[in-house]
Amino acid sequence: MATSTVPAPLGERLTRIWETAPGLYGVIATVDHKIIGRRYLVTAMVFLVLGGIEAAMMRAQLAAPDMHLISPEVYNQIFTMHGVTMIFWYAAPILSGFSNYLWPLMLGARDMACPRANALSYWTFLMSGIFLYTSVPLGQMPDRGWFAYAPLTELAYSPGLNMDFYAIGLTFLSVSTTVGAINFIATLFKTRAPGMSLNRLPIFVWGTLTTSFAIVFAMPALTASCALLFLDRRVGTHFYDAALGGSPLLWQHLFWSFGHPWVYIVVLPAMGIISDLLPTFCRRPLVGYTFVAMATVTTGILGFGVWVHHMFATGLPATAMSFFAAASMVITIPSAVAVMSWLATMWLGRPVFKTPMLFAAGFIVLFVIGGVSGVATAAIPFDWQLTDTYFVVAHLHYVLIGINVFAVMAGFYYWLPKITGRMMSASLGRWNFWLMFLGFGVGFFPMHTLGLLGMPRRIYTYHAGMGWGWQNLWVTVGAYVFALGVAVFVYNVIWSLVRGEAAGPNPWDGPTLEWATPSPPPPYNFAVIPTVGSRHPLWEGRLDETESRSQLARGPVLDAGRDTFGTTPLDAEPDEILRMPEDTVWPFLLSLSILVICYGLVTGVIWLGIAGAMALLVTIAGWFWPQPSMTPADGEV
Amino acid sequence: MATAANPYLLPINPAERKNPGWWAMVLIITTEAMLFAYLLFAYFYLGSMANTPWPPSGRPELKLVIPNTIILIVSSGTMWWAESGIRAGSQWRLRSGMLITLLLGIVFLAIQGIEYSRKNFAMQSNAYGSLFFTITGFHGAHVFVGLLFNVVVQLRAWLGHFTAERHLAVTNAAMYWHFVDVVWLVVFTSLYLAPHVM
Repeated sequence: MATSTVPAPLGERLTRIWETAPGLYGVIATVDHKIIGRRYLVTAMVFLVLGGIEAAMMRAQLAAPDMHLISPEVYNQIFTMHGVTMIFWYAAPILSGFSNYLWPLMLGARDMACPRANALSYWTFLMSGIFLYTSVPLGQMPDRGWFAYAPLTELAYSPGLNMDFYAIGLTFLSVSTTVGAINFIATLFKTRAPGMSLNRLPIFVWGTLTTSFAIVFAMPALTASCALLFLDRRVGTHFYDAALGGSPLLWQHLFWSFGHPWVYIVVLPAMGIISDLLPTFCRRPLVGYTFVAMATVTTGILGFGVWVHHMFATGLPATAMSFFAAASMVITIPSAVAVMSWLATMWLGRPVFKTPMLFAAGFIVLFVIGGVSGVATAAIPFDWQLTDTYFVVAHLHYVLIGINVFAVMAGFYYWLPKITGRMMSASLGRWNFWLMFLGFGVGFFPMHTLGLLGMPRRIYTYHAGMGWGWQNLWVTVGAYVFALGVAVFVYNVIWSLVRGEAAGPNPWDGPTLEWATPSPPPPYNFAVIPTVGSRHPLWEGRLDETESRSQLARGPVLDAGRDTFGTTPLDAEPDEILRMPEDTVWPFLLSLSILVICYGLVTGVIWLGIAGAMALLVTIAGWFWPQPSMTPADGEV
Repeated sequence: MATAANPYLLPINPAERKNPGWWAMVLIITTEAMLFAYLLFAYFYLGSMANTPWPPSGRPELKLVIPNTIILIVSSGTMWWAESGIRAGSQWRLRSGMLITLLLGIVFLAIQGIEYSRKNFAMQSNAYGSLFFTITGFHGAHVFVGLLFNVVVQLRAWLGHFTAERHLAVTNAAMYWHFVDVVWLVVFTSLYLAPHVM
């Protein structure tokens, strides 16, 4: 019912128009959101594995008391790289990967609003990661923790290049994140299919949209804090230097003004993944759609008002702290709205426990535990007791693994058949889930008690007399079981590519537009631009929610060029034709120029920096010179 | 819906609000504005915490900066004149307006350079010096980017790339320039005027 059969000549014509060029040129020049999305997913998973290897090294060192497997200096570098890699180069980019791949398919468009910016956002993500990991062979990895508190990061206390890699690398990455966020917002407001009004958006789209706005407003705080750190270190300014009028607390304010919104940036789209796949596996629409959408936006906004709860131990005035403690507790309200909606959807539906649903159910359990330990630390006296202990480590891993990684796994099992056209193994999927879920519980729950017993975070080793040995052994065993689960996942992906049965357009009988396309979708996504009539275009026959019906088989074709509809921001009425750019190497060259500048900055080789800056100017000018293909008739763009 | 029969009756890649490029520019400006907001937060935060007089080197002199501010405001006016010119189809107003804007921007940076050379403190002197030169320097860098933007768009203007209907690059360059101007008014008020009234 859902998919139309495309007449062969039309399909061929559209493929010719939209296909990426073959060969190396196409690899570098592609602007196809599906290829970019796939690259995002693979690259972010590589960073997950790198961060995982770092975690495994730490857990080996901590498995028993008084161990000296690695030196304390290397240990500092490893835990910092673990945090930085997972939080910045895995957790947000993996969600960008899903969003990049799925947004145009969910919204009924043929590409993102700014396809070249999309390519730029990927290349800068990849190259900033390469830049950060250059510090590994040099033995100068960042080593002052992922939130890099001044004054420990100042030149006097950290003379190596370690924290320069941190400051420059994060600033480089912020280019990628910001460009990506701007593209999502422009895509949402310009390229939804006719009829895809705001109240019909999948919750995942609401999540990424909220996140994108948060990035536009919060990311500059990180850029500013890192720029000022770099100036302090390499130019001799005194922003964080208390002796000459600066303040180490300025770092904390700037960093956490960014850092707390970032927490929601890496969880809201993940929550959206769960909200969107629950209906498919519970065989009914999400309960309280409007409330969940509003809760998503509310959480994103409240996330800007809570940063001081990271700073309760810094001696701020009590009134100020009470305000931020209260604001932090208020966040439980929208979070609880989401949880209640998920539970009600399961309660009122008929849950089918396929692999994505297993991960979704595990996600909800971990979400609640991580939420409770979060509210606990929002209480100031409790926070004072537990700050900088393993309790906090437990909390942040329940949040980041529970709410991000479990949702990502659910998302992979759900959408990978769409992306590759092949089903993954259900029995391997069950092994995958139970290894990860049980490994996680065994590994991370004892961290709560270790924290209550007073074990500080980031500690290199501990004496046998502390009595923390057996619990740490548990943690290490659990972490390794969890890692085994990740290995099973990787094996399952490879298995599905080799042996998996063909998925067909809609293997799960999902309700949303991405399932109306073949698996994998053709370069042009939709042969006919769909007209959307309800929130569940593929379930209209059964649900009878609204009078209007979506049109997927008949409608405008737009085959005169790389064309898709530009629609009005709120009601998504067709307003113009957007003629999209062809393959282009400028985004790749632009990222490369920034990479050269970054190496110039970190090494202090001025001519390298100047060469990169010149190249940057040339590439930007080249980028904005009009492309003949985008220029309709004799006018210009 | 009239477009159902022939969607190609709709305009292709129209200018301004309908174009994703316009949205992207507005969002770039928003995030850049936030960058200045965080830098000014750093200024006021360290200023409010200071246990020495603020600014430590006395109130900043206004002799050069007031005319310089006026120059920047005028340049926003000439940019507006250029953009509204091309909207009415006047190539002449577009080209001359952008050229004058470019020259005024260069003069602004030159005067800023003279003012820098007259300061009796440096970036490395103390936190105030660091803030002063970093914030005004960041702004100067934005002016410089605005000038480069101007050069590229102006080159295209002299090549006759723009018409009354199609001039998104001009609109974006103009928006960016007005943004740089407005940020300067905020920086000027915070760093130069406020110490005189507070």
